[in-house]
Amino acid sequence: MADSFTPLDRDGMAARAARDIPEGWVVNLGIGIPTEVGNFIPDDREVILHSENGVIGAGPAPAPGQVNPYLVNAGTQPITLRIGAGYVHHADSFAIARGGHLDLTVLGAFEVSETGDLANWARAAHEPVKQIGGAMDLAIGAKRLWVIMEHTTKDGAPRLRRRCSYPLTAKGAVKRVYTNLAVLDVTPGGFVVRDIIPGLSFEGLQARTEARLSRE
Amino acid sequence: MIDKFVRSAAEALDGVPDGATVLLAGFGDVGMPMALLEGLIEQGAKDLVLVCNSGGRDGSPVARLLTLGRVRKLVCTFIRAASDAGRLLLAGKLEVEVIPQGTLAERLRAAGAGIPAFYTPTAADTVLAEGREVRDIGGRRCLLEYPLPGDVALIDAWQADRWGNLTYRDTQRNFNPVMAMAAPLTVVQTRHVVELGAIPPEQVITSGIFVNRVLHVPG
Repeated sequence: MADSFTPLDRDGMAARAARDIPEGWVVNLGIGIPTEVGNFIPDDREVILHSENGVIGAGPAPAPGQVNPYLVNAGTQPITLRIGAGYVHHADSFAIARGGHLDLTVLGAFEVSETGDLANWARAAHEPVKQIGGAMDLAIGAKRLWVIMEHTTKDGAPRLRRRCSYPLTAKGAVKRVYTNLAVLDVTPGGFVVRDIIPGLSFEGLQARTEARLSRE
Repeated sequence: MIDKFVRSAAEALDGVPDGATVLLAGFGDVGMPMALLEGLIEQGAKDLVLVCNSGGRDGSPVARLLTLGRVRKLVCTFIRAASDAGRLLLAGKLEVEVIPQGTLAERLRAAGAGIPAFYTPTAADTVLAEGREVRDIGGRRCLLEYPLPGDVALIDAWQADRWGNLTYRDTQRNFNPVMAMAAPLTVVQTRHVVELGAIPPEQVITSGIFVNRVLHVPG
């Protein structure tokens, strides 16, 4: 019998990742779905959000009419601050990222390999028009790197790969992947499935994945 | 008496030569000294190397400087294909070097701090490392990087006094303090002018010793 299931939407993926972030962590949330993770961290759980343009203690988006044009996040979207926040300049902000001071970085990706390689910045190795931003620094520096992405491309091609087909952002850096179908840890033995959405079997998940999966 | 205030953008940008490397602070529009950038467009220097975080959105002063053909090379951390900068690049009219944002910040910091080179794990395992020196240091692959000094730095401040001591507002700070230290000529536009001594010493973010000229640009 075919699996019957509903993949998580963007909010669902963000909320699922947010569940696993404990109080006290210093966290950088990348552009896209990772930014939305912040919306699902309860107010009474003190998590310190770092934004690489120099914010330590970022808060949610401002109410309409309350926008401070001098206060933006790394996606240049208007934000607010949490009580206790502070600013640093760009070199110190990346010292935080590179120097191992982040408990967690969450990024989007095109592909992740079973050895934790991350590809999220270019679709061709020598593309002239490059968009690197802070991803390479963030990926290599945090204590742990999680990725949030769709399990497959729009055409159904797998994005959890034996090897990445796109240029790498960082090698061996990803520790966990949250997709719209599952949560998977990257281990020395490859991807280990920690959680699957209701209605989808392990075999069904494997069929949508290039890399070989194992169960806990 | 030390007084670094100038009266006009023309005076602020006076003497910037053709071929200069210009460090332009800002992250998006935040912390970008727009009046100085307009002044640079007026001033006329060409064949510039422009160092700034991104290629800029269309219609922005950065894009205008690029489309006027005044920039020989852009050093940035990302550039969109569907932008003036991207189109100039694809048409072969602009040389572009795209580097990781933390590496950009640290190369600028090194320039100001007298560090002649450094190794970073950032990008060591990527195509950006092709043909460059990579070493294993402490069990990690690391890429050799060099400082990125400017000839002139263009800075956007919130408050300035006549010595050039500066404060910034919120995320206006970004690249400003780092770039202010990385060029022999540092030119500032400031929203507010304050008396010498009005900024509490603990709250001076960029010391006036790094600043040469200050232009008051009220909001």
